[in-house]
Amino acid sequence: MRLSKAWLVASRDFKIFRRQKNILYSIIVFPVITSVLFPAILEFTQQRSGGLSAPGVLPNLLNSFSFFFIIGAAYIPLGIASYSIVGEKIEKSLEPLLATPLTDGEILLGKALSAVLPTLVAMYAASIVFMVGIDATTVGKLGYNYFPNSTFGVLLLILLPVAVVMSVLYSVIVSSRANDVRSANSYGILILFPLLATYLLSEVGIISLDINGLLIIAGILLAIDIALYFVSKAAFQREEILTKWK
Amino acid sequence: MIDTDNLTKKFGDLTAVDNLTLHVNDGEVFGFLGPNGAGKTTTIRMLCCLISKTSGSATIGGYEIGNKEGSLKIRKMIGLVPDNVGLSEHLTAYDNLDFYGKIYDCSESQRKENIKRFLEMLGLWEKRNDLAGTFSKGMKQKLAIARALIHDPQILFLDEPTANLDPESAKTVREFILELKKQKKTIFLNTHNLDEAQRICDKIGILNTKLRVTGTPQDLEEAVKGKKTIVSLEQVNEKILSALKKLSLKNLTSEGNKITFDVSDPDKENWGAVEAMVLAGGHVNTVNVVGSSLEDVYLKLVRESA
Repeated sequence: MRLSKAWLVASRDFKIFRRQKNILYSIIVFPVITSVLFPAILEFTQQRSGGLSAPGVLPNLLNSFSFFFIIGAAYIPLGIASYSIVGEKIEKSLEPLLATPLTDGEILLGKALSAVLPTLVAMYAASIVFMVGIDATTVGKLGYNYFPNSTFGVLLLILLPVAVVMSVLYSVIVSSRANDVRSANSYGILILFPLLATYLLSEVGIISLDINGLLIIAGILLAIDIALYFVSKAAFQREEILTKWK
Repeated sequence: MIDTDNLTKKFGDLTAVDNLTLHVNDGEVFGFLGPNGAGKTTTIRMLCCLISKTSGSATIGGYEIGNKEGSLKIRKMIGLVPDNVGLSEHLTAYDNLDFYGKIYDCSESQRKENIKRFLEMLGLWEKRNDLAGTFSKGMKQKLAIARALIHDPQILFLDEPTANLDPESAKTVREFILELKKQKKTIFLNTHNLDEAQRICDKIGILNTKLRVTGTPQDLEEAVKGKKTIVSLEQVNEKILSALKKLSLKNLTSEGNKITFDVSDPDKENWGAVEAMVLAGGHVNTVNVVGSSLEDVYLKLVRESA
């Protein structure tokens, strides 16, 4: 496996994405909403009712808000990876690519990188805006800057990449069976349900989104990543692509 | 350069290519003819190491298809123009070629030189910064050929490169293939176009799952032909036709004032036929012997194997 070759594939995809407005929007919209909306809600409620919640409750609320970064991290790659693979199917541009000395693994890694990297950049940039916004809104109430903290660090540095990889690998599998980007996205969105369920369970207090809770979730997602890796690797074989992908 | 020995591909119960044995020499243009579903594309895909073989063997430039190391070496030395050109439509013509040049580890100067050379040869240099998606079918086909050549491969596989092109674009592509022939590239050309095959190819193979025949275009015409005699008379009547029927001529037909029949030795058989017609009261104006065309050969073999 030559990383330089995988990077070539990813670089070409980046060039294509720059000309695809819908992909650019899908990368930008969710992080902007997540990073701006939550501090804005807090600020709005403070001004309206003098405070959203008691200082003791606020950290739990902020952890819940933080979890939306994981949902976003799983959502963004769906559009990118679906387009990157289904788009090539539609243009039938995989056959000449497969006839080059690139290995299946290098092409797959390139495709994965082209979905993972923009997502990470967008979500990490959004997280900085989010932290600054939340701190500015809550420092008066809490008496200290809530972010950065170790819980959010675990969420961003461990759970978020694992969630992105899960979404990308799942998209590869879905894209191998889908005929157009829209249907790939429709099936792809199913990967968000377990994450939304996790969020709801945390809201009703069944699970906790503290460091231990996040590490457990990361472990589960990592196991799913490993399983999805083998399935996607099997789906992304030259012969499979040319004879079975429709 | 390209050798196959009983190369076979099955998809479940369906045999797509059956015991294909052929040899293509270095610098030769080999035309692969056959109807839709004959196994031409499957053969190219096997030879380009895109799909596995079921049985048999094949070597390209001395490297065997089917093993990982050989496949990688083969893919480095070949260029492929698939039946669907498969360009990245959101990239410019230049970027499409540059990307492939990088994959093959061409240096920057080599990439620049080859991109300019091929785009100029194919009349696309002025359009190099246009998105491939804005190109016409003919321009896309030319760009796909340039892409396959960007690393200067020894062997080029072309899968129906002039299919669905307007006559002018098809002519440009054919002339370009002839130019590559002059450069002694080995070319494996899948085509439906018999005239194209006859004009471009040194050797032709006719495939209909099984390889029916191979040889030079002239060899094929000679081998299968059996010539055709066309006699033009002032008038054709039943008496003349009955006289000819007694000679047991093959494929005897009449239309207007012309009588046509197949002959294997025109010098011998025509004399007797003309004598019979004259004795039956016929006035013979002309006697012409015509050879079978590649089209006749192709249709005969394909129908026989159907």
